[in-house]
Amino acid sequence: MTFDEIESRAIAEWEALEHSDKPRILIGTATCGRAAGAMAVLETINRELKRRKIKATVTQVGCIGPCYAEPLVNIIKSGRPHIYYANVTPELAAQFIEDYLVKDDPRPDLALGTVGEDGVAGIPKLFDLPMLRSQPRIVLRNCGLIDPENINHYIARDGYSGLVRALGMKPEAVIEEVKKSGLRGRGGAGFPTSTKWELCRKSPGTLKYVICNADEGDPGAFMNRSLLEGDPHSVLEGILIGAYAIGASEGYIYIRAEYPLAIERLELALRQATEYGLIGDNILGSSFSFHIKIKEGAGAFVCGEETALMASIEGRRGMPRARPPFPAQAGLWGKPTNINNTETWGNVSAILQKGADWYAGFGSEGNRGTKTFSLVGKIKHTGLIEVPLGIPLQEIIYEIGEGILKDKRFKAAQTGGPSGGCLPASLLNLPVDYESLTQAGSIMGSGGMVVMDEDTCMVDIARYFLSFTQAESCGKCVLCRLGTKQMLDILEDITHGRGKLEDIDRLQKLGEQVKAGSLCGLGQTAPNPVLTTIRYFRDEYEAHINEKRCPALTCTELISYYILPDKCQGCLICLRNCPAEAISGGKRMVHVIDQSKCIKCGTCLDLCPTRFGAVAKVSGEKVAVPSEPIPVTAARPDAKDSDESSNQ
Amino acid sequence: MGADITKQLDDILSRYNGEKSDLIPVLQETQESFGYLPEGVMQRIAKFLRLPESTVYGVSTFYAQFKLTPTGKRLVKVCRGTACHVRGAGYILSEIERRLGIKPGETTSDLSYSLETIACFGSCALAPVMVVDKNVYGRMTPTRVGQIMDEIK
Repeated sequence: MTFDEIESRAIAEWEALEHSDKPRILIGTATCGRAAGAMAVLETINRELKRRKIKATVTQVGCIGPCYAEPLVNIIKSGRPHIYYANVTPELAAQFIEDYLVKDDPRPDLALGTVGEDGVAGIPKLFDLPMLRSQPRIVLRNCGLIDPENINHYIARDGYSGLVRALGMKPEAVIEEVKKSGLRGRGGAGFPTSTKWELCRKSPGTLKYVICNADEGDPGAFMNRSLLEGDPHSVLEGILIGAYAIGASEGYIYIRAEYPLAIERLELALRQATEYGLIGDNILGSSFSFHIKIKEGAGAFVCGEETALMASIEGRRGMPRARPPFPAQAGLWGKPTNINNTETWGNVSAILQKGADWYAGFGSEGNRGTKTFSLVGKIKHTGLIEVPLGIPLQEIIYEIGEGILKDKRFKAAQTGGPSGGCLPASLLNLPVDYESLTQAGSIMGSGGMVVMDEDTCMVDIARYFLSFTQAESCGKCVLCRLGTKQMLDILEDITHGRGKLEDIDRLQKLGEQVKAGSLCGLGQTAPNPVLTTIRYFRDEYEAHINEKRCPALTCTELISYYILPDKCQGCLICLRNCPAEAISGGKRMVHVIDQSKCIKCGTCLDLCPTRFGAVAKVSGEKVAVPSEPIPVTAARPDAKDSDESSNQ
Repeated sequence: MGADITKQLDDILSRYNGEKSDLIPVLQETQESFGYLPEGVMQRIAKFLRLPESTVYGVSTFYAQFKLTPTGKRLVKVCRGTACHVRGAGYILSEIERRLGIKPGETTSDLSYSLETIACFGSCALAPVMVVDKNVYGRMTPTRVGQIMDEIK
């Protein structure tokens, strides 16, 4: 079958679906949707449709981005706009089927947004929502819209036309096209993709490899997972184009084992593309042959580093080695090898489909195109986002993310995972591009963006990241192996109230040495979270050291909980729920926490009714409380439900 | 090593050509079958791939995925990714530790549960997250830990 035939068949299938009389229901069942309960919703939808004998097409799709609204269900009635419903429970799903499919009431009160030219009264357009309106969708062009398990859906939306175009060009011209697009590596370092390809192409040798790095190891990042779960073919097409440009005949996708659904969808995508003659010998009748294998990681963060990754593919311990030789000269099994990140490959397919000029229209000078981020942490609208490079940080936090949870104060945005740094509020105007982030002491990284508010302790964050890198250090370089351990010990001391003032200088000095004395990116960047938090949040370090106080009330060793005698109503809620049985008292007796038993879990604070507000969390101060329970003297606050037992 | 274990292992090995680069996939598949990597099994794998036993042991202990001791019937994993950390994963972990009476990396004495922490599941938007076997639970609270642990008993 020629590609034209494949394409027209795919388009026919897609159009038949679009113009079908049957209603369609799309449900996001990527891993995050599942974590939010999407599979139970899917089950209810299928059961209700069957019970009511409604003929509808139910499709499981990837993630469209607004993860805070998961599970997301999109209902499309013939000739009508798509309607997205957010935070769908099985009960709500049954309700939509009754209300919209049966009674034709679109329930604007429950809808998130519509997609399509005509709107629906009372429902905003999905892509006009603040979260989505400033997001060009290049990498995520198909995520959430197509069935990721159906190659025809991808082809119907221009899929593999980029490969066809590339095959009609000289390999050098393909590299030139990527150069013109300005694409830089999306794994974090931002090395120009075309330069990397060129080096590998020019390397002598007949057997060359390309590798897709899908070992998304940064904690707090899930862009690659979402892309592979939502649109695996966009990555495969990119790899094929790159392999053709470089002259590689074999490829590997190295993916972490923690992503079972992404692996499953990739394997299926590989089989489908092979059946269509898009992978294999003489692809689409050309002289280009390419074979690709999936390798599962085995849980080692350092394998995200290219030389460690190649060692792991070869079946060895994933330990980085010195460069040169660079992978482009001597990589996998000593052959010239080109490694790019999953997102980079997703961009390549778009660039060849739509052209370098179109792509270069996004982003800023030197930073062309878009970048996906996983926007998470203390932010209202958590999700997977795609923004043009150069966008101010402010816009990401306050427009796309709609601000901080519970309207608290923004403290920092952490980018680049354990290799990155924390950007403080004073840098909210910072354009998000490779150079600006590096100057600020952080890095672009692969795209994790974790937002922190006033309740996040920056010393604890530094300790957290270092505990991660220290555990993940492969142990080859002394400074990385032992230096990070020393730094972690110092940070443990500080967060436990045992810190000394000279510790701050010692951390900085040691941090610089670890950076200088490590072979690979893990050690070279491991001190970044510590160094940036000292740079921007030194006062927090000093409070921990000098006053034995954690200003964010996070470090458990430095905080205490007290029950305020002038507010406690003696209602027994905290007493009964305390997991450590540290609270004494009785009905209408002021409760008292035994500080020696308290495990500082915060259950009492969470459960104390807000109108009483009788539990205080403090650091660096003592609250006067009775040593034994005494009768309640506090006036009862006005409340309709004065019977506290109803609260349990 | 019992005869049935040997047979099960040979079935797995028969699908591989014996290339050195097969070591990690072989170990993964073996662990999937046995739940962990018994010593005898690792020795046989070394022989099959013509690798020193020390190499097999080195790789098995390098990667966090591989376990050299039996694990419980149910595997409870708590995500300690950044998003989970800032949204209270520590409290989720302590609650599970308290209920099971074990620390991460340990298995209950009746072999019912093993507890692990994982660097990141990539479900950060629903932090904090815990996983029991293959089920992912998002937006966790210490109270929900209790409910889920009761449900899966």
